[in-house]
Amino acid sequence: MRLLRLVPANTKLPFMAWRRLSFPLSAVLSIASLLLFLTVGMNFGIDFVGGTMIEVQSKSGPANVGEMRSKLGSLDLGDVQIQQFGPPTDVLIRVQTQPGGDAAQQAVVDKVKAALGDSVEYRRVEVVGPQVSKELVQGGTIGVVFAIFGIILYLWFRFEWQFAIGAMVSTMHDIVLTIGFFAVTQIEFNSTSIAAILTILGYSVNDTVVIYDRIREMLRKYKRISTEELLDIAMNSTLSRTIYTGSTTLLAMIALYAFGGEVIRSFTAAIIFGVVIGTYSSAFIAAPFLIYLGVRTQGQGKDADTAETAAPAKA
Amino acid sequence: MLVFTRLKALAILAVALVGCLLALPNALPASVLHALPSWAQRTMVLGLDLQGGSYILLEVDVPAVRKERLEALRDDVRRVLREARVGYTGLGIQGDSVQVRIREGENYAEAVRKLGELSEPIGGMFGGSSQRTIDLREGADGLIQLVMTQAGLNERVKHAVDQSIEIVRRRIDQLGTTEPAIQRQGASRILVQVPGLQDPTRLKQLIGTTAKLSFRLVDMSMSPEIAESGRAPPDSEVLQSAERGAGPVLVERRVMVAGEDLVDAQPGFDSRTREPVVNFRFNTNGARRFAAVTQENVGRPFAIVLDNQVISAPVIREPILGGSGQISGRFTVQQANDLAILLRAGALPAPLTVVEERTIGPSLGQDSVRAGTYASIIGSIFVIVFMLVIYGLFGLFANLAMIVNILMLLGILSALEATLTLPGIAGILLTVGMAVDSNVLIYERVRDEVRNGRSAITALDHGFREALATIIDANMTTLIAGFVLFLVGTGAVRGFAVTLSLGIVTTVFTAFVFTRLIIASWVRWARPARLPI
Repeated sequence: MRLLRLVPANTKLPFMAWRRLSFPLSAVLSIASLLLFLTVGMNFGIDFVGGTMIEVQSKSGPANVGEMRSKLGSLDLGDVQIQQFGPPTDVLIRVQTQPGGDAAQQAVVDKVKAALGDSVEYRRVEVVGPQVSKELVQGGTIGVVFAIFGIILYLWFRFEWQFAIGAMVSTMHDIVLTIGFFAVTQIEFNSTSIAAILTILGYSVNDTVVIYDRIREMLRKYKRISTEELLDIAMNSTLSRTIYTGSTTLLAMIALYAFGGEVIRSFTAAIIFGVVIGTYSSAFIAAPFLIYLGVRTQGQGKDADTAETAAPAKA
Repeated sequence: MLVFTRLKALAILAVALVGCLLALPNALPASVLHALPSWAQRTMVLGLDLQGGSYILLEVDVPAVRKERLEALRDDVRRVLREARVGYTGLGIQGDSVQVRIREGENYAEAVRKLGELSEPIGGMFGGSSQRTIDLREGADGLIQLVMTQAGLNERVKHAVDQSIEIVRRRIDQLGTTEPAIQRQGASRILVQVPGLQDPTRLKQLIGTTAKLSFRLVDMSMSPEIAESGRAPPDSEVLQSAERGAGPVLVERRVMVAGEDLVDAQPGFDSRTREPVVNFRFNTNGARRFAAVTQENVGRPFAIVLDNQVISAPVIREPILGGSGQISGRFTVQQANDLAILLRAGALPAPLTVVEERTIGPSLGQDSVRAGTYASIIGSIFVIVFMLVIYGLFGLFANLAMIVNILMLLGILSALEATLTLPGIAGILLTVGMAVDSNVLIYERVRDEVRNGRSAITALDHGFREALATIIDANMTTLIAGFVLFLVGTGAVRGFAVTLSLGIVTTVFTAFVFTRLIIASWVRWARPARLPI
């Protein structure tokens, strides 16, 4: 049986040279993401801003969004968003936080139900009070910070500090870009999205660690080649694994995106983006960043970095 | 690395087998499942987002607890000073304290001593410490201030939450739904999860009602309209009527009989009007007082007050001596039923507000289960085909390991009776995608070794050995992320964290131990000179 090789056996791609392209590119994208976050902002779900979300399904044929809009518009509830959600029968209604505390939020549901009556089925009702939403934001932020901290700590113990810094930089890069992704697509950002970010974080570091592991191994083996060259060898030797694992994860997530239903779709979209960006950052940010951190300064032979010999044949 | 003793091999197979068997009950039809002994019946529990139901987060009204506590303290001060026959003036609530001025100087020390007894130290966890519920402060000109401490308030709130949980549980149990979960969350919150509930509005009404019942006499000295304009007597107050079409009522503040003295309440029908009513019965104490009040006030209306609303204000026709009575108030059958539930379960110590509600309809839950299952199957097929195309026979081994991995994951989740949520399904599918990662790492190493001209067995041996550290490092970091997700997440997100973290554990087992066993057995059986990889 002939097996398919997506990645040729002996690639010699100059990954480290590409940093002259990838670093500016990532810098621009990161800044753009932050700017977008500050100007356009994210489409925060009710988990984080409070308010009411009601998913209804029309009992007879496609839902008449226009009619719903006029019915709900007259309720004096402030900003009411009504949008198609999945199949044409389904509609998602979002009502902003009402002034007047928690009881006022609860009253929204009754008002909407009174206005729409029995023509629709109420598939999902979520009401989040202002206090709870504040706590969810806090919890989410603390979670992401703690996760990064924990991972850095682990890497610091298992590797040298340079690797911990490199992983942190690439992880921050991934999170910033994911925030940019949410700002651009205006996909709703809710507590499930925090789960998506933490998953992306886990995947990205996972990917980075595999490459770092190989780099560390190479550092022990080859003392006579330049850091840049060594990193290239490590990258190329893990390239096939990076591609294959990325592919299987993407395949699984694409299936979930396409067939998993509307509720989970934004979560999956974020993870798909994160797998791609996490793979990119491991190769083009995390690894080349080590060049600047001087990974070879400790415990290396005197002749380290001096001789620019060709890559030695493997023992 | 490829040598397994028979015992070790058997142990590995046994672990895998047990893991898979634990997943089996989920696939059995209900009739077969119930025939099994209970230890074998453990299955995953579908989360509210998959089976439909309501998640409601309630908060105890802390200002109300504070106010009630201060009012009780004020009454205690009045009682203590009266009993000690100490003259006082200006008794009132000021912010977080009750203050009073003692008239005569010679009584001051006595008053301080007596009132000091109200300030008890907090028992239990703080036992013996200097924490007190109330600080007594002495001021100039005979002024005494009793300040409620933060510790005292916290103690009260904790107590109110405990009591509320009990009462909410009693009320919900009356609804007869399946397996509601009621638990404390944080300092002042209660989380209520009721699966498969059709009418969350009724649930919210039932748990959001304080249900403080009192029987009080109606004040006939003036019309409620005049009283409402601000000239109500100090001992009376105007309350709104819950009855449709009925106006406000002026009632005395003094409670003749309180709801605590009720021992039973049942919905029923009035024998004459056929209207739904609630029949109640008092305990001895309540019955005695009710008898006395009704005897003295025949011909006067008395009000049945629930949460500061007058339910009805019938005229006392004759003394009620038997200790039982009837509340009528133009109820519907369900209203009468719910009122009876509320009265039986008792009053909440403080009002509860709903601060978060999530209700998923059963049809959406079903759709999510279907879509999730479908996506998982398709996703798995994608991964299986991919691995076969890339690695051939070794891909088959990896796929076998992946399937065992998923079954073990489902098995552990079942044994823990973990809650399966929609993000949890996503976690399983993510495990499918990433489960093969360890195998990929090993196989790529093996390919390297083969390229370097090593023999089949050495290549395999080195591949496994060198990939191990990487596999552990890579998975540990994801495990850390999963662990944090579990700590900070709530509800469905936690479900995701659990599946993701357990998935990593089973992945390391199947990829490293189980796959190695399969490959070792294959090597022994096929004795390959070259590896088909």
